[in-house]
Amino acid sequence: MKKLSKNTVYNLSTYGIVIVAYLIVQGIVLAGGLSNQIRGQLVPICVYISLAISLNLVSGVSGELSLGHAGFMSVGAFSGVIVAAALRDSGMGGVPILIISMIVGGVISGIAGLIIGIPVLRLRGDYLAIVTLAFGEIIKNIINNLYVAVDARGLHFSMTSADGFNLSEGGRVVINGPMGATGITKLASFTMGVVLIIFTLFVVLGTINSRHGRAIMAARDNRIAADSVGISVTRCKLLAFTVAAVLAGMAGALYAMNYSTVAAKKFDFNTSILILVFVVLGGMGNIRGSIIAAAILTLLPELLRSVADYRMLVYAIVLILVMLARNSTVLKNYINNVVNGIVSRIKAPFSGRNGGKGGASE
Amino acid sequence: MNGKMVNAPSRGIIPERDADKSLALETIHLGISFGGLKAVDDFNLTLGRTEIGGLIGPNGAGKTTVFNLLTNVYAPTEGTIIVDGKDTRGLKTFQVNRLGIARTFQNIRLFNNMSVMDNVLVGLHHEMDYGFPKALLRLPGFYKSERIAKKRAMEYLSLFNMQDMAEHKAGSLPYGAQRRLEIVRALATNPTILLLDEPAAGMNPSETAELMENIRKIRDTFQICIFLIEHDMSFVMGLCEGIAVMNFGRIIAKGTPEEIKSNPQVIEAYLGREKGK
Ligand SMILES: Nc1ncnc2c1ncn2[C@@H]1O[C@H](COP(=O)(O)OP(=O)(O)OP(=O)(O)O)[C@@H](O)[C@H]1O
Ligand SMILES: [Mg+2]
Repeated sequence: MKKLSKNTVYNLSTYGIVIVAYLIVQGIVLAGGLSNQIRGQLVPICVYISLAISLNLVSGVSGELSLGHAGFMSVGAFSGVIVAAALRDSGMGGVPILIISMIVGGVISGIAGLIIGIPVLRLRGDYLAIVTLAFGEIIKNIINNLYVAVDARGLHFSMTSADGFNLSEGGRVVINGPMGATGITKLASFTMGVVLIIFTLFVVLGTINSRHGRAIMAARDNRIAADSVGISVTRCKLLAFTVAAVLAGMAGALYAMNYSTVAAKKFDFNTSILILVFVVLGGMGNIRGSIIAAAILTLLPELLRSVADYRMLVYAIVLILVMLARNSTVLKNYINNVVNGIVSRIKAPFSGRNGGKGGASE
Repeated sequence: MNGKMVNAPSRGIIPERDADKSLALETIHLGISFGGLKAVDDFNLTLGRTEIGGLIGPNGAGKTTVFNLLTNVYAPTEGTIIVDGKDTRGLKTFQVNRLGIARTFQNIRLFNNMSVMDNVLVGLHHEMDYGFPKALLRLPGFYKSERIAKKRAMEYLSLFNMQDMAEHKAGSLPYGAQRRLEIVRALATNPTILLLDEPAAGMNPSETAELMENIRKIRDTFQICIFLIEHDMSFVMGLCEGIAVMNFGRIIAKGTPEEIKSNPQVIEAYLGREKGK
């Protein structure tokens, strides 16, 4: 059997972890072993995992600080909701409508990414952080003043109020200013959430392990040297930023379609920071770390409901402990040993050789 | 095209054997000032297609600044640079590389978090032809292109016997190996002119001797022009066919190693001062 490269093994086992986790959770759900509360978190967990992976492409792999990931999520969410509303009576099934909405949400979010990225990514320094921060706020305000309705004649837009639409029979308001999107058909499912994660992994890992990904990382490691070997640093950063925007838009669309109403204020600065926390905790450039951090930190507040009043306190303490643990060599070595043991066990069937070395050293 | 053998050593910094061809590099009245300081002034130089040229001078003479001008890291405030018959004015650094200039850095600049292999593959970026969609979909062309590039990267690494290090992190290599990797990465971009900024700095005598051999081998194999800055006099004198000497931003002498060695101005400005330390 041909020996697989280290990267291939890493990628395959990452997909493997996601799929195994999906099967286990799905099994527990079918057995009725999950509380309603936690079941309700399954789609958001998938969405946040996907967002953490795509933000990692910008912050970890390309080395740019983006503080507006929730803004792209928002663009995707509301464009997705509009598309889904327009297609509701088309006779299409729920899943195709959901997929089309996610694709349109992703594309529009990607266009927003391009528009922001082209002027800003030429500049060096932390301009991207400032501009993406502003972008998130601007998007929130635009959507707070956006009114969209759909009827037999098509879509209607307004920036002042929903009163002037004169909707025909069966028409309805889809986005109602500060109230956000209302009357959303809940099309999202845990399975689609996992499909989104797999798709996001496919795009991000595929990017990293290509000449484009190497150029992106080269520009991060040493901008001047990348320039000197013929790499257009601006183009690399723009590619990473736009791809991440597309993925965030898709995640946003799925997120919105998990609820019957969604307001723009859900996608504010706090959400952007939350996603960044997942990436930082999971490790810059560490895709698997992003997945784990996003899953645990999204679940944690739910699990902590029993300690009600102290919930946020415990949450904060856990964050600090994880940060400390990540910087402790003793703990790091211990965790590395455990992880290596697991990885080599996973690797063994792929490499076709006895890969149990790491595990045996314990 | 490039099949010509190097038969006779070039005489001076304008090699006669290349008189029939366009020069690899030409600078005309090149200059830059930082604020009031003229870091490089009236810098005129030509380099032949397969010449090994040297640039020497005391610390702060402006040598590295010349490299930064040639690669458009700094935009010249005066003068013209002609690469392969083309004026490089207004081009970005990455476009100058595409025109044929590759370089190494005095203070090593590798992609430290990436493997040795990946560092070389970044140099081969434009040799690979697949686009982004093809990369994501992992179409057959992707694998073929990657396979060929990896093979070529190994060939480049083998110039310095570095194949065994391919999977090491570039940042973890010993100093000398980092310097060699920078040369390999630059070569991978398939340049017509290779600029080396103090390639032997920090190397021990045996490493330095080996590097001399290897630089000569690279010139003979790839038939390219090499232009290097170095403080090690025996290295420069033993390797370069033409040498330019700088002091205070200006060229004070040009010629063969013998001519430079016996030039009183050079001894005064450079060698004399070195001895006096
Ligand atoms: N970006 C810059 N801004 C201002 N001054 C600069 C800049 N780059 C170089 N200089 C100045 O130009 C002069 C030449 O510097 P340069 O680095 O080219 O010298 P060098 O000949 O390479 O010296 P060394 O042998 O020490 O490497 C120095 O006085 C330096 O301070
Ligand atoms: Mg210098």
